[in-house]
Amino acid sequence: MKISMTVNGKTMSGEAEGRTLLSTFLREELGLTGTHIGCDTSQCGACTVHVDGKQVKSCTMFAAEADGAEVATIEGQANADGTLNKVQQAFQDHHGLQCGFCTPGMVMAAVSLLETNAKPSEAEIREHLQGNICRCTGYHNIVKAIMAASGQEVPAVAAE
Amino acid sequence: MPKDGIGASTKRREDIRFLTGTGRYTDDINLAKQLHVHFLRADVAHATINGIDTSAADSMPGVARIFTAKDFDGVGGLPCGWQVTDKHGQPMQEPKHPILAEGKIRHVGEIVAAVVADTVEQARDAAEAIELDLTELPAVIDMKKAVADASVKVHDDLTSNLCYDWGFVEENKAAVEDAFAKAAHVTTLELKNNRLVANPMEPRVAVGDFTAHDGMSTLYTTSQNPHVIRLLMGAFVLGIPEHKLRVVAPDVGGGFGTKIFHYAEEAFCTFAAKQLKRPVKWTSTRSEAFMSDAHGRDHVTKIELALDADNNFTAIRTETYANMGAYLSTFAPSVPTWLHGTLMAGNYRTPVIYVNVKAVFTNTVPVDAYRGAGRPEATYQLERLIDQAARELKVSPVDLRRQNFIKPDQFPYATPVAVEYDTGNYDATLDKALDLADAAGFEARAADSKSRGKLRGFGVANYIEACGIAPSNLVGQLGARAGLYESATVRVNATGGIVVMTGSHSHGQGHETTFPQVIADMIGIGADQVEIVHGDTANTPMGMGTYGSRSLAVGGSAMVRAAEKVINKAKKIAAHIMEASDSDIELKDGQFTVAGTDKSLAWGDVTLAAYVPHNYPLEDLEPGLEETAFYDPSNFTYPAGTYICEVEVDPDTGKIDVLNFTAADDFGNVVNPMIVEGQVHGGVGQGIGQAMLENCAYDEDGQLLSASYMDYAMPRAADLPMITVDHSCQTPCTHNPLGVKGCGEAGAIGSPPALVNAVLDALNRNGHDIAHIDMPLTPSRVWQAMNK
Repeated sequence: MKISMTVNGKTMSGEAEGRTLLSTFLREELGLTGTHIGCDTSQCGACTVHVDGKQVKSCTMFAAEADGAEVATIEGQANADGTLNKVQQAFQDHHGLQCGFCTPGMVMAAVSLLETNAKPSEAEIREHLQGNICRCTGYHNIVKAIMAASGQEVPAVAAE
Repeated sequence: MPKDGIGASTKRREDIRFLTGTGRYTDDINLAKQLHVHFLRADVAHATINGIDTSAADSMPGVARIFTAKDFDGVGGLPCGWQVTDKHGQPMQEPKHPILAEGKIRHVGEIVAAVVADTVEQARDAAEAIELDLTELPAVIDMKKAVADASVKVHDDLTSNLCYDWGFVEENKAAVEDAFAKAAHVTTLELKNNRLVANPMEPRVAVGDFTAHDGMSTLYTTSQNPHVIRLLMGAFVLGIPEHKLRVVAPDVGGGFGTKIFHYAEEAFCTFAAKQLKRPVKWTSTRSEAFMSDAHGRDHVTKIELALDADNNFTAIRTETYANMGAYLSTFAPSVPTWLHGTLMAGNYRTPVIYVNVKAVFTNTVPVDAYRGAGRPEATYQLERLIDQAARELKVSPVDLRRQNFIKPDQFPYATPVAVEYDTGNYDATLDKALDLADAAGFEARAADSKSRGKLRGFGVANYIEACGIAPSNLVGQLGARAGLYESATVRVNATGGIVVMTGSHSHGQGHETTFPQVIADMIGIGADQVEIVHGDTANTPMGMGTYGSRSLAVGGSAMVRAAEKVINKAKKIAAHIMEASDSDIELKDGQFTVAGTDKSLAWGDVTLAAYVPHNYPLEDLEPGLEETAFYDPSNFTYPAGTYICEVEVDPDTGKIDVLNFTAADDFGNVVNPMIVEGQVHGGVGQGIGQAMLENCAYDEDGQLLSASYMDYAMPRAADLPMITVDHSCQTPCTHNPLGVKGCGEAGAIGSPPALVNAVLDALNRNGHDIAHIDMPLTPSRVWQAMNK
């Protein structure tokens, strides 16, 4: 079937079977390979995107369910002039990524958190990231990056 | 000196693509007319294959071809890269490791058939229509049973399930026995190092391609070492010469050891693409990863420590059963032997040591190197044992360690387990860690915990590891079937920019940022003038790849050597142009000057002259400015440090809270502190995962019980604390040009014993007499230990 959705502000469409997951559709049909697939049980969060403004693991819904929806992916997160947005920039500034595979999901989760909680505590950040697994960073610098992106003093997080 | 040279926390340039979704991982590669393979994997651990009926599946929609073992007649098995010699001088038992199961299934997840179809869904659908005629056999899972009872053998053509029985150092055995006979005190522990799954977040992927016009095979794969894959697969499996085989490892989403090895799926996709004349792609699911990625650890050990009446260590004796799984993965035999036995001296002056390791075949997924590989197992045994000895002797575990340390003035120090530590200062990292962890304030914090009904504990562990792997002639003597040098080509372009082609591979380590820092420092130009190329055998010199914390120590050293050659040549060119003697030319801040004069030439003027050689010493010097170096280290490097963990245990539930974690490491010199700290954070995260969450579990029939993230407990953000990291105690390596030691594995090595020691401290200081709890220290295990 033909599926259409607005992805990062642009109308895009492609073919999908009924069983096609949104994550697969984004990657294989729309060529948006920034959304990653790290597991098959909806645990790892590497495929996190926003659907109609809500943080969603794109492997938990069918592409057909997103027909007509507004979808935001990592490819649309940078500023209009191509510079990194404040969350992306904080991840670079604070070394919040290593291999980069979980990173798109982490950034999408962090953007979503800061939309609802402008100044999250360390505990709130860690709680919000429960659905996103990172194997490289021990989360230390991801937590720092999100703190920094929210304009909070980073050295206050922990001694270094 | 450039602002982004050695010592600067330069931000990572590779982050831009990863943060904007423009990275290029293997699964992002799709080739025209590509087919997809789905592997039908065994769902039993041990069985005879009587027949595979693909007749119904063959005609299913989209199916191109179904492969079984008979299609691989004449194709080699997956080679093992290390031959261990047993204590009797005999080579290990080495079974064939077929691409697809040949006649027998030996572990859950082994590939029985491969369905290649237009889409992955069609391949999966067709795989369901394959009929397997199997006779299930009893499975061998427990290592001690596998050795004691040969009635069920994993490999019928071997004499037993024992791969090797290794003694190290065999000549020391009598002296060790003697020391134990004379000991004033002996402490014994039996412990397990739990089986783990490395779990890089990117599952493995392989895309095989064959181009008829030039007869080239290309494999895109998630590898830490594309040249090693090219050599092993080309020479030993498929019989493709290296000049007809290209292996590309593009952006790779984490490795942690498990992407070192040459896997069946890589050989399959390369083979099938050539057969079918179309690209063949495989993308692992996470479930497949759990049953096909080589696992890690899985040792069962009895360790004993002999002490004299003054609490000096006099001998160590160990007996370890090490699980190999059903087949020998690429470097599996080396892990419990040369990467483990040689580290049993730890940071201490124990005069004699004997290590016995029995490597055992079982009906489980092959086990090989995972972050630390052998060194975490050695460290864990030793550091748990010392804590227990201190408890038995009623002395401080910190004081007992310090008393037995190799002292700063004793380096270089030859251990009784065949290695020579070049530098170190273990008192320094211990003092630093105790200070950072506020050891002095612990009792007050413990009292506060007690007032809240919680049990607080303080755990210390030291570690040493052997990195910078490795001197080729030495590892050759020890059974390695490979050299372990590293390579680099430094290509200077006419306008002065530099491309470094390295045999090292970055899959999260940040080489694209740190390697240019080194070049920038040497020449005095901006790091942004330097580009790193890696991961493609077509445009990099033969290299051995990235593992064992070796990239900067070995790959970085190769790059320095190549850059030195470039600079020497550039100086000769500069001398010619400025009509001076070579020996008077100095290079600083990107300017060549003639000592004692005001003559100078910019870096770019000289590089241009190299490629536009009009005013040039053509009779003495070739044009161009490009040099290659292969660096073979003369020794291992020996990073060391002290890790301290502070926990609170809830006595009602057994739940552990990690309150503080402190790492004081001696990595020698540091190029990029930000990246080094990140490596420690990640290693500690994995070590805490091993110590209290992760466990790869089989049932007695060989069913893998922990084959998804629903069942295998990966550390999540709320499981881990902020981590205090210090690397200011530096005793630079004496034998590589950068004075670096390597930082990739330390975190995973030092942290498990620190955490377990902290929990046992919490329990014992609150009235529980508990010698040991096996990892992972789940609430259930802790509670049961407290309430038995």
